[in-house]
Amino acid sequence: MAFAQRHLLGLEGMPGEGIVALLDSAASFKEISERDIKKVPTLRGKTVINLFYESSTRTRTSFEIAAKRLSADTVNITSSSASTTKGETLVDTARNLEAMRPDAIVLRHPMSGAPQLLARHVTCPIINAGDGCHEHPTQALLDLLTIRERRGQIAGLTVAIVGDLLHSRVGRSNLHALRALGATVRLVGPPTLVPREFRALGAEIHTRLADGVRDADVIMMLRIQRERMGANYFPSLDEYSHYYCLTEEVVRLAKPQVIILHPGPMNRGLEISSAVADGPYSVIMNQVTNGVAVRMALLYLLVARNKAEQADSEAGGDVAVAASGKGARA
Amino acid sequence: MSENGTRQVMDWQAIQRALVRIAHEIVERGHGTANLALVGIRSRGVHIAQRLRRILHEIEGGDAVPFGVVDITLYRDDLDRRMQNPVVQGTDIHFDVDGRRILLVDDVLFTGRTIRAAMDAIIDFGRPQAIQLAVLVDRGHRELPIRADYVGKNIPTARQEDVAVRLAEADGVDEVVVTAA
Repeated sequence: MAFAQRHLLGLEGMPGEGIVALLDSAASFKEISERDIKKVPTLRGKTVINLFYESSTRTRTSFEIAAKRLSADTVNITSSSASTTKGETLVDTARNLEAMRPDAIVLRHPMSGAPQLLARHVTCPIINAGDGCHEHPTQALLDLLTIRERRGQIAGLTVAIVGDLLHSRVGRSNLHALRALGATVRLVGPPTLVPREFRALGAEIHTRLADGVRDADVIMMLRIQRERMGANYFPSLDEYSHYYCLTEEVVRLAKPQVIILHPGPMNRGLEISSAVADGPYSVIMNQVTNGVAVRMALLYLLVARNKAEQADSEAGGDVAVAASGKGARA
Repeated sequence: MSENGTRQVMDWQAIQRALVRIAHEIVERGHGTANLALVGIRSRGVHIAQRLRRILHEIEGGDAVPFGVVDITLYRDDLDRRMQNPVVQGTDIHFDVDGRRILLVDDVLFTGRTIRAAMDAIIDFGRPQAIQLAVLVDRGHRELPIRADYVGKNIPTARQEDVAVRLAEADGVDEVVVTAA
């Protein structure tokens, strides 16, 4: 078992084998969501807090469903109901939440690095559900699971990530993970949204959509994040759409069996045409289904590991009882 | 007893004979294999269940008995005590469990906790008419009120001894060995 982390803050620096271990676990959790009774007792009596300082439908619901299918209790806190509106700092909020003994905190925050900050101040596992323009690791993991299901493996694939790379945490997490697993990554978009510095992370840069998409195995579209754009990165939405909207005509330049991903929410007609989003190459709904499995696997691995560590420290570090083989199992 | 404290308690012939006997007992007590389904517990139990299924087919003919696999990792009661995160390999039950006679199959019966977990997992798929248990080895030391309906061999052991069932499918050899702690 190569996954041995206390938190999931990001995918940067995570070795390929750790990512593969997570994906393998996630794949086996999919079956639970197809049962009549979509629930296993694994995390019975555990509490997961979803602390969301940004709006979210998909990710928050996905985490909540994942926790509930493992029998954990969930508490949702959104920015409008949080005490930040009364002036409390993030760390103070987290310390207060921790005093109520949760078993994991899932954090989404508009500031990059917020989960890292939290992880330094609390002891329970922190899962990054998206922090500013930094990382969104569970989204990248569900993207990888979807790609792997369709294409067998990640290594050797050419993946074009198209759009607003500058502000995209989804793009960054995917870039790190895809590189760790041996894929070729092309970043495609206008120079204002795809800084040359990304080359240092091992990516190819393309400014023309046709060049970036040609012969690609996977096209990953990113949302134009108007809410994070303080300045003008392109002249107009119409002009962006003219040059970078993924249409059926553009898709034909890619490999015949290309698959198309989008993390949602989609701006139909801006970065992706409806014909492509709803077309035969689209695996966008598979991504959403896989999101639940990825988050179940992650909650299981992090919460179970945390409990094992605590039990171990209470037992004075004696791990002999966990020896492999039938003597310990049965 | 060899030098390193390991003794073989069953060889491949003993294992084969035990499984053939169990298969005959299953047919006799169940008046055939109608409505029966086998569920192997990962990982060694799956191989034993597959062998039993083959032998049952040789005895009774007809359609092969439905077959499933259960991974009890998510149903364990010792989540807090395990150092490593066991890899979840998934449960695979594609037949309708409702009203069936389920024969749960594992290699070693020890504390009974694995069987408890496996029964919970099966019941999440429906309401079987009955669940029975077949094991290759019963080594004693039960911690729950669970007993096997079919036993290949009763092997008295000390609690700290380790019982290893090795099967050709996974280990390249058929044998049961007991290792002193």
